[in-house]
Amino acid sequence: MSRKERSMEEVKVIGFWTSPYVYRVTWALKLKGVEYEYQEEDIWNKSDLLLQYNPVHKKVPVFVHGGKTIVESGIILEYIDETWPQNPLVPTDPHARAMARFWIKFVGDKMRNFQGFFFKRAGEEQIKAVKEAQEYLKILEDHGPEEKKFFDGDNIGMTDLSMGWLAFWLEAMEEASGVQVLEANSFPRLHAWIRNFKQVPVIKENHPDHTRLVAYFKRLREMFTKPATT
Amino acid sequence: MAEQDKVILHGMWASPLTKRVEFALKVKGIPYEYVEEDLSNKSPLLLKFNPVHKKVPVLVHNGKAIAESLVIIEYIDETWKTGPQLLPEDPYKRSQIRFWASYMQQVFESLVLVIKSSGEAQEKAIKEVSEKVKLLETGLKGLFPDGIPSVDEFSKNVTLLDLFVLAHFGEYEAQEEVLGLKLIDTDKTPLIVSCITALIEIPAVKKSRIPHEKMVAFLKSYREDALKSATA
Repeated sequence: MSRKERSMEEVKVIGFWTSPYVYRVTWALKLKGVEYEYQEEDIWNKSDLLLQYNPVHKKVPVFVHGGKTIVESGIILEYIDETWPQNPLVPTDPHARAMARFWIKFVGDKMRNFQGFFFKRAGEEQIKAVKEAQEYLKILEDHGPEEKKFFDGDNIGMTDLSMGWLAFWLEAMEEASGVQVLEANSFPRLHAWIRNFKQVPVIKENHPDHTRLVAYFKRLREMFTKPATT
Repeated sequence: MAEQDKVILHGMWASPLTKRVEFALKVKGIPYEYVEEDLSNKSPLLLKFNPVHKKVPVLVHNGKAIAESLVIIEYIDETWKTGPQLLPEDPYKRSQIRFWASYMQQVFESLVLVIKSSGEAQEKAIKEVSEKVKLLETGLKGLFPDGIPSVDEFSKNVTLLDLFVLAHFGEYEAQEEVLGLKLIDTDKTPLIVSCITALIEIPAVKKSRIPHEKMVAFLKSYREDALKSATA
């Protein structure tokens, strides 16, 4: 099958509305004008279908193209870019490409450090966790876009999509937990990037509803930060 | 690529993550300078080239640094067209190789847990790593629908995933001796064994084999240090 023929086959995304990893994939498809079918999966009550599609990790997003399944959002993004080359998301320069992949891995590996504060009740532990999150955010801030609008240059790319968590999810977590982490004065680059990112039409028209997300996070927080009952 | 390519690899000789990158450079015939890092006393250059993680391996190509072994190897494959192509052209096959290459990290971390623990904790870790290796073998089988390739076929179509397998399990005999644990054998993991058998015949790889005794000594002392600090 030629690449052109392959690119015409059916695309399906299995996701959950609160997942920034799923949004990375749907944003990529929309930026490239690729049609797809979306199937909502309840990750709190995983279907047999999900377990069949992703037996190793049992997670969303799951990407299905012409009957073939791919999982892991970073891997899916690269596949999307290789299959539909219009509006490229992966930098062409090999070193820039390596840096994009490096930051995507960094965000993935350190998500626990970024989000730890959210699962703590007010007090010493929360203060410590907020400090830790800020240390890791400072690393992103230091490497954030300075002259250009986006991590990937003048247009958004794979790195920006992977940083999407900062744009909608962090603020919802802050609101749900009543903690401010990404202060504008300490993180000017990231704040500027968030503003620019949210203005991109595909992003502006496709993101979780803030109020709904905050409510979801509030419920999550209650579930996972119950005080000990012994 | 430029004639004046200067490639430097900062690594630690026993680290599988460093080995991954070394194998990639060797099978592609890329000349490089190697800098051995003492991880308890990291060089200023390492801290400069990998300020975010301060870890090895780090590749420096004409002054530009790249960290994270899989990122480095994809960079190597895209930059040097000599030797085997470590990622195939087909996007789906690429995604499968990337998936299992990424999964190797979990296998690796489980194995490190086995090396560093004892008693009940070790038993639990052994169970976990055995399951992961089994899954890895299944995953690899999926990449070879026509059955286990011959030694010749393996060496002609080396992918980065094969290099990862070699980097982590190439010294399986030393691991067995130190841990008394048989993770890799022709019954349970025939594909992994074939992969290793094929790849160690590649001249550049054969030349750089770590002597068995050296690996055993390293693993023993690594384990002793970990057990000591766990009870300290």
